[in-house]
Amino acid sequence: MIELRHISKVFPTADGDFQALDDISLTIRDGDIFGIVGMSGAGKSTLVRCINLLERPTEGQVLMDGLLETEDGGPVDLCKLSPAQLRRARRSISMIFQQFNLLMQRTCLKNICFPMEIAGVPKAEAKKRALEYLDIVGLPDKANAYPAQLSGGQKQRIAIARALASNPKVLLCDEATSALDPTTTRSILKLIQDINQRLGITAVIITHEMAVVEAICTRVAILERGHMVETGTVEEVFSNPKTEAGRRLVFPEGANIDKFPVADVVRVVFNGGSSYEPLIASLAIDCGVKVNILGADTRNVNGKAFGSMLLGLPEDKGEAAKAMSYLRAQKDVTVEEVPDYHA
Amino acid sequence: MLDLFNSPEVQEQFSLFLELLPGNIWDTLYSTVLATVFAYIIGLPLGILLVTGEREGVRPLPRWFMAALNFIINILRSVPFLILMILAIPLSRLILGTSVGTNAMIPPLVIAAFPFVARMVESSLREVDRGVLEAAQAMGASPFQIVRKVLLPEALPSLLTSATTVTITILGYGAMAGIIGGSGLGATAINYGYYRTQLVIEYAAVIVLVILVQIIQSIGTRTAVGSDRRITKKGRRKGLRDANRQVSRDKRVPPGAM
Ligand SMILES: Nc1ncnc2c1ncn2[C@@H]1O[C@H](COP(=O)(O)OP(=O)(O)OP(=O)(O)O)[C@@H](O)[C@H]1O
Ligand SMILES: [Mg+2]
Repeated sequence: MIELRHISKVFPTADGDFQALDDISLTIRDGDIFGIVGMSGAGKSTLVRCINLLERPTEGQVLMDGLLETEDGGPVDLCKLSPAQLRRARRSISMIFQQFNLLMQRTCLKNICFPMEIAGVPKAEAKKRALEYLDIVGLPDKANAYPAQLSGGQKQRIAIARALASNPKVLLCDEATSALDPTTTRSILKLIQDINQRLGITAVIITHEMAVVEAICTRVAILERGHMVETGTVEEVFSNPKTEAGRRLVFPEGANIDKFPVADVVRVVFNGGSSYEPLIASLAIDCGVKVNILGADTRNVNGKAFGSMLLGLPEDKGEAAKAMSYLRAQKDVTVEEVPDYHA
Repeated sequence: MLDLFNSPEVQEQFSLFLELLPGNIWDTLYSTVLATVFAYIIGLPLGILLVTGEREGVRPLPRWFMAALNFIINILRSVPFLILMILAIPLSRLILGTSVGTNAMIPPLVIAAFPFVARMVESSLREVDRGVLEAAQAMGASPFQIVRKVLLPEALPSLLTSATTVTITILGYGAMAGIIGGSGLGATAINYGYYRTQLVIEYAAVIVLVILVQIIQSIGTRTAVGSDRRITKKGRRKGLRDANRQVSRDKRVPPGAM
């Protein structure tokens, strides 16, 4: 378990102090995949960097258990550890960076061995484990390649192998997939989810892509300008964001338009209702309006439907308005217009 | 032109030069290599401290210590080499019992070069990506492990490039040491050319010095580029070109060098 208690971080800058984090408390349970979302500059990176103390909080406690043996078996406050103890604790907390941060003068294999080398794992065993993880991330033929010879996605896989090979208890990912294309992103997320389910690793994932949170997170926290404005399960937060910041993130294009439809195509977003087919059927039955399904992309998050669907409204403005108001009245559904669909 | 070459005066000087040449080259290389090695023995750890000891470094040291270190290095760097050498003559006498000859050149050369080495090492180590250092810290690496396994290996190509510049600088210093009783190609150029106006010997010695510098530079550049794993095979030619350009742009050569 990771427990952050009243974490504040103040950066002294040329023009006065800057409060990057303001009194943040949150609990991340063992085995969670915890998402941290927020706009750029909200303090996400600063917050995860406080977890492994790359950034020392100005105030507050970072409590973790299971990293060091303590007399009472309870959690330790990382901020209170000696440098040597902190180094030992950090060996169980891996981090994946957006810029990969691989050692450029070492082969991939040696890069993956690096944390084990630091921790004093015998060479032969380290190599064996490194080769195993090269296989797991799908790059068994790159053992002797140098990072400069890899693509961005491949570098990130090596970084993930490096982070996991030392058997950490916690995995911190700061925008680990932002530099990658959607397919690679999906395969890397899959990998993290796999590792989480197989090894019970606790993962903290920063991202600005809601799709990433939907895809793998169990719980999520929303940061805005150094404050934590919402936290909860992904279903809770995504189906019913309580704050303005939350709504802006979950529905970036704005979902609460209450006007006559000006476009003849709308996007219907499902925020965790059961399924979308009954909705279209009931729309036809209840108000006698037939719509075309132009496209659908839904995902199943822990048994609930998330995703969106493009609907072509009838040409008749009155009928279209009727359909709109019907759709808007539905629970767990938001509707927005797609003005330039035909363009 | 032919007359000039056939004149007995020139021929005499030339044959004298050829006689001196092997010994001179040996003396020059011997003093250069030894002085470079000793300058690195002192300068490398100092350069590492300059980077790791600063406030944001991997092992911050007390502010007064860093300030003193920087101050001493700056003082030594700002004294012109010739004067530093004259000041260091008693040191040679203390260590070696003599202040003339090939060995006696080495202590002043080391004194003059180690602060330069420290700065060169410092600037090479600063080129290492901060993110990589953070990654190592996040893995729980100790400051010593970071220096040995991250800073030095990651900066190796740059360290080799700057070692080439250092070697050539020390070669240049060594040539000047002829004035205070050193030996080697520079001493020959000064003693025969300047003091006895035997210009053939002077020019010939200078030409050999130039050739030595060219050889050291090209070996150094090749080694540096060859060691750099950021450069893939295809980029190797380009890397070589860039490294050469960097050398010609290098403004870090100290006052009075060469
Ligand atoms: N070392 C620092 N010194 C001063 N200010 C800092 C420092 N690091 C971060 N900040 C400030 O703290 C705020 C939060 O930064 P942070 O990097 O945590 O944002 P973020 O949420 O990760 O943003 P992004 O999504 O763009 O990565 C920013 O306004 C930034 O300017
Ligand atoms: Mg960030």
